Amino acid sequence: MAVITMREALNQAMREEMQRDGNIFLMGEEVAAYQGAYKVSKGLLEEFGDKRVIDSPITELGFAGLGVGAAMAGLRPVIEFMTFNFSILATDQIINSAAKMLYMSGGQFKIPIVFRGPNGSAYQVSSQHSQAMESWYAHFPGLKVVMPSTPADAKGLLKSAIRDDDPVIFLEQERMYGIKGEVPDEEDFTIPLGQADIKREGTDATIVARSLTVPLALKAAEELEKMGVSCEVIDPRTIRPLDIKTIIESVKKTNRVVVAEESHSFCGVGAEISAQIAEQAFDYLDAPVRRISGADAPMPYAKNLEKLALPDVEKIVAAVREVAYLD
Amino acid sequence: MATQVVMPKLSPTMEEGQLSRWLKKEGDKVSAGEPLAEIDTDKATMEAQALASGVLRKIFVEAGSTVPLGEVIAVIAEADEDISEIVARAQSGKTGAENKKSIEENVEAGQDGAQQELATVVPEGARTQATIQEQPLAGDAGEDGSSKSSDEAVQASSGGRQLPAPPPPTVNQQPPTNGDGAPDGRVIISPLAARMAAEANINLQTLRGSGPSGRIVKRDIEAVMSAGGANQPQSQSPQAQQQQQPSPVEVPPQAPAQQSQVQGAAAYREVPVSEMRRTIARRLATSLGPVPHFFLTTEIDMDKATEMRRSINDLDPELKISINDFIIKVTAAALSQHPQVNASYNDKTIRYYDGVDIGVAVALEGGLITPIVRGTDKKSVGQIAREVRELAERARNRQLRPEEYMGATFSISNLGMFGIDEFTAIINPPEAAILAVGQAKAMAVVRDGEIVVKQIMRVTLSCDHRIVDGATGAKFLQTFKKLLENPLYLLA
Repeated sequence: MAVITMREALNQAMREEMQRDGNIFLMGEEVAAYQGAYKVSKGLLEEFGDKRVIDSPITELGFAGLGVGAAMAGLRPVIEFMTFNFSILATDQIINSAAKMLYMSGGQFKIPIVFRGPNGSAYQVSSQHSQAMESWYAHFPGLKVVMPSTPADAKGLLKSAIRDDDPVIFLEQERMYGIKGEVPDEEDFTIPLGQADIKREGTDATIVARSLTVPLALKAAEELEKMGVSCEVIDPRTIRPLDIKTIIESVKKTNRVVVAEESHSFCGVGAEISAQIAEQAFDYLDAPVRRISGADAPMPYAKNLEKLALPDVEKIVAAVREVAYLD
Repeated sequence: MATQVVMPKLSPTMEEGQLSRWLKKEGDKVSAGEPLAEIDTDKATMEAQALASGVLRKIFVEAGSTVPLGEVIAVIAEADEDISEIVARAQSGKTGAENKKSIEENVEAGQDGAQQELATVVPEGARTQATIQEQPLAGDAGEDGSSKSSDEAVQASSGGRQLPAPPPPTVNQQPPTNGDGAPDGRVIISPLAARMAAEANINLQTLRGSGPSGRIVKRDIEAVMSAGGANQPQSQSPQAQQQQQPSPVEVPPQAPAQQSQVQGAAAYREVPVSEMRRTIARRLATSLGPVPHFFLTTEIDMDKATEMRRSINDLDPELKISINDFIIKVTAAALSQHPQVNASYNDKTIRYYDGVDIGVAVALEGGLITPIVRGTDKKSVGQIAREVRELAERARNRQLRPEEYMGATFSISNLGMFGIDEFTAIINPPEAAILAVGQAKAMAVVRDGEIVVKQIMRVTLSCDHRIVDGATGAKFLQTFKKLLENPLYLLA
């Protein structure tokens, strides 16, 4: 298997899908001539030309709406947001149009569109540019929400997202574009949406992590192993539809759960997972579900404060020790 | 200024108390230090004293009611003071938990809550109430961390020895306490542990959780299951319940007879379980189940001991030494030679005690208690006799302080006065053994091939096999027998 970066994996996924299906086009700010603010669309303009790789003006609501219209008309747009912080401007098109169209048209219009781009914190980009938006989009029926944590997952899931006939919010992470990992070489490698991945097996506690917190959780699990605590790390990979079954099975085995997430905790995905665990595995819990989330405050600019506002290995280790009653 | 009178913490294990009698009534003038009421705790009857002067304006709790620790039981205020707010708050029921918390925080403030608490109970009962001003309890733990007002007997025998606090997770002798139980006394337990306990039929009331706030968690249940169960069925079949005949002593005449639902079955009376009976039940259920007992019996020739006792009492009739006092003295001497029997089994350690504190079982109406002769090994028979008499007298009047009946290193139970020849006793955890003493009576025995008449007494030693092996127990009994048959050894 080739070892490539997350950035390259995403690029491969788009290239392969665009080669496979002429209806797919990419649109967004700086995706064409500049080859993407994070170089995810590198080489695509050259290969597919300016009818399929399109630089948009700085108008998120406009080009998101254009994408929804194109999808209604039979194309399969991939809309890149330079970051998902800017998708806030486009939420009317995403939530009111893309998410609702199939339902409100009585099934006449499917919307096979992918909105993708970096989500969550970067490096010192402060309050307005560091937000993890997954709970917004996961809240509304009609949208699928995907959050890969490895290059292989990124490639396999993006290909599935592009092939999916429903609107998919595909959330990458700026801090993770450079991470490397093995990606299967098979030509038609895809990962189905809605399937969690057990990133590490364990018996004493379950850590549910996604995107940025998956490598943190794995590191925490290593530390905890040394303390005699065997952790299972589960990456749902898809937030909607959520593979709660895999999580519940794990809870039944370990009886203890920590959810690690970059987003704020209030009304977050961790809250949803906690609630579903309480509903479906109450009798298997030996401790309350513990969440490690981003600080309940706007992201600070200062580097030291930014670090404190984010989940880290120590916080996850401490939370697992707490639910395992080790302190 | 209006002062709430709350149910005080009168013993280390106390979670609730029964208000047995009001000594003042509403409208009475009270001054600080005056007794207000008598309260039955799980072991003793103690007086609750007023911490403030004024008029006893309002009584919330009728005599006979059982009240959780911290609950407001009365209000002391000036005669013309407006107490409506304090009354409303007390009646809202919210203050009880807060008070309890503050009482227990005071206890926790000491270096070791339970011990300090136990060691510093002021005999005169001065520490009785916490007030809403969070006035520190007199003689309470944490004032300076040293047991300055503690009972001398405790001091003398403590030598740094700690009262055996049950190490979590174990089956416990006491309900969750010290501020980490739920204020309303409900069991805090994880959903998983609750399900496991239900499936294994484990009685949660006897468990202390090792999780935060005393939460019972999976590992606590697993510990009980691996310790061999403690599976006291939580519910019995109705038939079984009906067959339980309370002993005649405990049936108050006012309890109306009830007819069994099973035709032809005997009628029965149901009476509420007293605090003491509940404590006895809880403590003993942590013994014979989890503690692996075995029993050793031997016969003692009591001729010389009987003779010696008579001689001593002839010398000084004031001494009034009983045979049992001799037995206590000899036991202490034998324990000094066999420290393995003067010990406690903890999960990870075995605790050998430097001194000998012998608990002497005293029967009470409706129960029993084991007051302790501290430093028994260092006391003369005369001292022991005096002390036992005095302790037994106060035990019958339920005036013992907690440190006088908690934390012995060995116990003796003597049923000789009831004409019992021999019996087996149940170990009082965490002690390692208990000696059951039968009556001494004239018997025909063979000595040097001749039948002769001797005063023979049978004793049975119950041993905790986790620390005391058969030979260990036998050797102890051998020494005991040798000393008691030849009491002059005590001088040797």
